[in-house]
Amino acid sequence: MINNLIRNSVRFIVLVLLQVLIVQNIRLGSYIILFPYVLFILLLPFETPKLVVLFASFFIGLTIDMFYDTAGIHAAACTMIGFARYYILKLLSPREGYDPGLIPNVESMGPVWFITYSAIIIFIHHLFFFYLEIFRFDEFFRTLLRVLLSTIGTFCFVYIVQFLFYKADRNK
Amino acid sequence: MKNLLNFLYRNNFFFVFLLLEIICFLILIKNNGYQGSSLLNSSNKISAKVYEVEADAKEYLLLKDENERLAKMNTFLLNRIKLGYAAIPLKTYTVHDTLYKQEYEFMSGKAINSSVNKRNNYLTLNIGSAQGVTNDMAVITSDGIIGIVKDVSENFSSVMSILHKDVRVNCQLKKDASYGPLIWDGSDYRFSNLTDIPTHAKIKKGDTVITSSLSGIFPEGILVGFVESYEQRPNESFYTVKVRLSADFKKVNHVSVIKYNYKTERDSLEIKSQVQSDK
Repeated sequence: MINNLIRNSVRFIVLVLLQVLIVQNIRLGSYIILFPYVLFILLLPFETPKLVVLFASFFIGLTIDMFYDTAGIHAAACTMIGFARYYILKLLSPREGYDPGLIPNVESMGPVWFITYSAIIIFIHHLFFFYLEIFRFDEFFRTLLRVLLSTIGTFCFVYIVQFLFYKADRNK
Repeated sequence: MKNLLNFLYRNNFFFVFLLLEIICFLILIKNNGYQGSSLLNSSNKISAKVYEVEADAKEYLLLKDENERLAKMNTFLLNRIKLGYAAIPLKTYTVHDTLYKQEYEFMSGKAINSSVNKRNNYLTLNIGSAQGVTNDMAVITSDGIIGIVKDVSENFSSVMSILHKDVRVNCQLKKDASYGPLIWDGSDYRFSNLTDIPTHAKIKKGDTVITSSLSGIFPEGILVGFVESYEQRPNESFYTVKVRLSADFKKVNHVSVIKYNYKTERDSLEIKSQVQSDK
């Protein structure tokens, strides 16, 4: 339990720093904006209490808001996926349920499951984030395009980055 | 009341979610006002510190670029100082030597006007008869030959550049001294044609072309350009060599004007003997 807490805190800090120091400087045009920090929420262990997930999401959102000067937008989008994660996990649950002690990554759940899971969550996050950021509907399709392209971009990034935390988890 | 609490408790997940979203929106709305919440923007202690460290690290990575920029700025400023305060040296440099007689004297000047895209191109220099310039003096830059002085006023002189239909400077291949006049065909300011080169001359691309002393205006050995290509035109028994001019006529600035000290003597002698033989 304590071990888990430490591991997730480290992941929290690493991902926030990755987002703020490195990814923020990757500029791929105005349509692809990467937010791989959502990987933190994606990789929270299955048995984490849902309220803890919610608060953790809210907290990482606020932290990113602090750096991005977006005041509450990231927090709102993250809280949304923290909330949605519970239902998505339920929906994607295998017949015999999740094995305790696992975290939802490629290694434990297989690529197909992980791709479905992370794509849905990243899409919800980006949908919320970009529409809240623009806060009106008169650039509806442009924002939608931005959501789709950024989802693809973030997904690719997340898929690669989650291998970073791969080995540490196997060694436990 | 009890039912309500019960209801809230049973759906606590949803209500906590709702509460957090409301907090987010409150932050969002509050931040739109004049007094943005200072805790949640990048000016607070933690994020400011992180960004400061990042900026420091970036500064080190960009030191090279920054140095280059500063060096450029330095050169720029130094140039400004030089232009602003140093007078253009208009003196003639003469050397008195008992072993060697000085054939040519050099004067420095500045081109204040020039053209390359007409059929007959001229330059204007900021030195004139007051500084000792006369007709038919040669004009060169450090890169190569430029032209011949045509008219002189008190403080200015007009120069026919070699990009002119009437200018024929005798030039030679440095390798074997085959010579011929350099004539511009009017097409490209970067190239000129060296005509009348005998067909036994072994020409290669890249050979150096220099001035010949036959011209009587230019000292021998001043760089003209490099051989670009050559051909024997139909009905001609000589090669025509296309020369890539070494002087960049678009960027002519400081030039040297060359005075041939024995020009009058040589010309009068040549004319005299021609007149005598004509008789």
